[in-house]
Amino acid sequence: MAKPLTCDVVIVGAGMTGAACAFYAARAGLDAVLVDRGPVAGGTTGAGEGNLLVSDKEPGPELELALLSGRLWAELAESLGPSVEYEAKGGVVVAATPDELTALSSLAAGQRDAGVRAEPVAADELPDLEPHLAPGLAGAVHYPQDAQVMPTLAAAQLVRASGAELLTGRPVLEVLRTAGGAVRGVRTDRGDVYAPAVVNAAGTWGGEVAALAGVSLPVLPRRGFVLVTEPLPRMVRHKVYAADYVADVASDSAALQTSPVVEGTAAGPVLIGATRERVGFDRSFSLPAVRALAAGATRLFPFLAGVRAIRSYLGFRPYLPDHLPAIGPDPRVPGLFHACGHEGAGIGLATGTGRLTAQVLAERTPDLDLTPFRPDRFPATHDEPRPAEEAQ
Amino acid sequence: MIGAGPAGLAAALAAAARGIRVTVIDSGTEAGGQFYRRPAAEFGARRPQALHHQWRTWERLRDALARQVRLGLITHLTDHHVWLVERQSGSPTVHALRGPLQEEPVTVRADALVLATGGYEKVLPFPGWTLPGVVTAGGAQAMLKGGLVLPGRVAVVAGTGPLLLPVAAGLAAAGAEVAALVDSAVPKHFLRHGGRFAAHPAKLLEGARYAAELARHRIRVAAHHTVTAAHGEDRLEFVTVAALDADGRVRPGTERRIPCDTLAVGHGLLPHTDLAETLGCRLDGTRVHVDDEQRTDVPGVWAAGEITGIGGAALSLAEGHIAGRSVAARLRGREPDRGEWSPAARSRDTARDFATLLDAVYAPPAHWAELITDDTVVCRCEEVTGGAVRAAVGLGAGDLRTVKLLTRAGMGWCQGRMCAPAVAGLTGCRLEPSRRPFARPVPLGVLAQDPDHPSASEPKGRLDTDTGAPEANRAPSKGDTP
Amino acid sequence: MNPYRLVRARPEPAFTVTFDGREIEALPGQTVAAALWSAGVTAWRTTRGEGRPRGVFCGIGVCFDCLVTVNDRANTRACLVPVRPGDTIRTQDGIGHEG
Repeated sequence: MAKPLTCDVVIVGAGMTGAACAFYAARAGLDAVLVDRGPVAGGTTGAGEGNLLVSDKEPGPELELALLSGRLWAELAESLGPSVEYEAKGGVVVAATPDELTALSSLAAGQRDAGVRAEPVAADELPDLEPHLAPGLAGAVHYPQDAQVMPTLAAAQLVRASGAELLTGRPVLEVLRTAGGAVRGVRTDRGDVYAPAVVNAAGTWGGEVAALAGVSLPVLPRRGFVLVTEPLPRMVRHKVYAADYVADVASDSAALQTSPVVEGTAAGPVLIGATRERVGFDRSFSLPAVRALAAGATRLFPFLAGVRAIRSYLGFRPYLPDHLPAIGPDPRVPGLFHACGHEGAGIGLATGTGRLTAQVLAERTPDLDLTPFRPDRFPATHDEPRPAEEAQ
Repeated sequence: MIGAGPAGLAAALAAAARGIRVTVIDSGTEAGGQFYRRPAAEFGARRPQALHHQWRTWERLRDALARQVRLGLITHLTDHHVWLVERQSGSPTVHALRGPLQEEPVTVRADALVLATGGYEKVLPFPGWTLPGVVTAGGAQAMLKGGLVLPGRVAVVAGTGPLLLPVAAGLAAAGAEVAALVDSAVPKHFLRHGGRFAAHPAKLLEGARYAAELARHRIRVAAHHTVTAAHGEDRLEFVTVAALDADGRVRPGTERRIPCDTLAVGHGLLPHTDLAETLGCRLDGTRVHVDDEQRTDVPGVWAAGEITGIGGAALSLAEGHIAGRSVAARLRGREPDRGEWSPAARSRDTARDFATLLDAVYAPPAHWAELITDDTVVCRCEEVTGGAVRAAVGLGAGDLRTVKLLTRAGMGWCQGRMCAPAVAGLTGCRLEPSRRPFARPVPLGVLAQDPDHPSASEPKGRLDTDTGAPEANRAPSKGDTP
Repeated sequence: MNPYRLVRARPEPAFTVTFDGREIEALPGQTVAAALWSAGVTAWRTTRGEGRPRGVFCGIGVCFDCLVTVNDRANTRACLVPVRPGDTIRTQDGIGHEG
């Protein structure tokens, strides 16, 4: 067995959130070790589109976290920008009907009050903003603060910038506790890592890590597919999506939901999301889900009908029942912290989550009130379905 | 049956002979696959066998196929490019694109599916391998057999593997000057396995025939040598060839230049496993796992030929035959009588033994990756260099997928089919087939239209459960290009 | 010796296509790639990163290196698509789509 490592904090999970926790912990002067059973960004991060969005969030704690995160991302972009493919492309949410536009406008008004830049776009102004959009849309709202990074690069570059030790291919088998119940490190398949603090940044698998520490955290997987096209010139300038996407994000349904989310990338391909379904960790390809994506995208951008999809992949969003992440100390286990459960917004919310986590680790006052994100806010039920049993 | 090469045809014929209605779906405009690729009819070739071996076998396959097509037992769908196979309520459903532009959707449903998708060539990079004039060995052969064209006048054939012999012989017979046949295999390894080779007299004879052809065309064979670089400005002008030492490294001072305008290079073949992987078939490394009846572990799905492990045409024929007989029995709810196919099973054993023997002697140089400089392009599609790929390891990549996400190597048009072996070798990651739900690019307009819930009225496919006969269900094209 | 003599081919009459505006002869049954090779052309694409020339590599439709613009249709695999009388074949630069 390898010589035990000692550090200030062990972060379990080398995805985007774990990387951001490591980065801000290092900035706070903490010595961090990152442990992951797979490679860097091997879970949901590597299957994401890298959205940094404020547009899809209703006013409330998640939007506040998104605004904080957006500021931090912009700051990071100055030093890491090109290496993480940061692009402040902005988002455009389109409404197909006058009714949809009314609902969208009232959402935007609330967002504006919360500090979001949300600019109404009349139907006749849309062609200037997005020349290839389908005609006949009722209107849109432009969100200049929406941005994008390449998530795998972002995670890997933040880990590197943090200087934290990265242990990949090392499953965590146990969360070590003192006689008094406090955390004292983790046991991996190749040795122990000792630290007075453990951060659960295991994303969709955060429930399993919480269970290793003896607490319940009901993280469930919500599957999503992404379609990738052949490389194109910049035909889609913003992240463009239909107004019903916001409703899908907030929904609790297990059934397949699709609303088209279309965006061009610096590398050329257009990315098309987003499906949501709760089918456990089922990794099989779903033609109906992908057909629905293609249908939605070609309705928004008719030119896409003649463009070829060259790839499709899937991922599992870490979803908590109230759609808010778990961030902060777990009052049930001294020394245990959580930073997971961000559903489909984890890349965008990672910087804020990392910063808040580092602040509580360093016993400073966090920038945001963590009460809405308390990890023990869910009733402890022993009969709630475990992720693996959720498969239909 | 997906694929009309030796395995797919053998499977189709064996099943059809037992009364099963078969649809053979193939991307070629004519049956034969890569092995029996022939000039198009318009060339009026009166002696196509001049570019082939085992022509008699082909004539038998061709005639039997024509007979079964006439009888209506086999439907042969040519120029159909399969992009996905899924199981709908337990029945395999094949989604293809018809025509050379690959935009007209076709769906075929069946009770049983045989995957005979063949293989493609593995090429390990070296500086200059992206220059025009550098082609895969199989590519040079395919262009010659199918298009009656040569890429240039002076060729070097290089790499390793049994394919290089017919490629060199074919190019020479067709009028190219083959300046050298460069193989990294070590001659004494053949001697070491002499006893096992002796068990394959037919193969030895074939080898001797190639040796005679090479001698007749005065082709120099450089064994235990490798091409270290290809040179030229916008086109291949010469290659550097060097001897290898016992460890598989280039022996300093042995480099020499060979002027040429063509380099046909290959390092063996890889199975086409995309469709099988998406169906959920178990893979053993890069090949599809099958039982002694050629069944995969997915119910109703068989696999035969190169997809189950590279082994050549004889092995493909044997596996296809067994698969076809197994399908025929199983579709009638019967346990197949293995005794009936024992000759094929013996051929299969012999051919598999020979394939492992070839694997033991033909190998790329152990240290081929050292030839890749930091500025050598490794991923041809996305132009990702050796340096970038190596750097990904330092960023925390431990598998091909993460290297891809960090570097874009494998993210382009070919989806990593060309660069995966190289990336694996460079990074020390395991070579495992990447997940490719789309076996080929699909227009979004085609994808957007569900043939089961069509917007326009059209005939629906029907599943004939008595005979297991699939019926083509053609949906109208929605792939209108802007 | 040449390939036609080897297999004793009697091709149908040739027709004309253009490659980058220049007329070249093609034969029925040839792919676009075969017609270009016959005309001595081995590169008909430049890469979008480094602008390097490319042509046939795998020859069987797997590698996508031989992408070319045929009759204004970009990203056509020259090794798969049959050449037709009057085809307008153009070198494809980069991704092949107009920006």
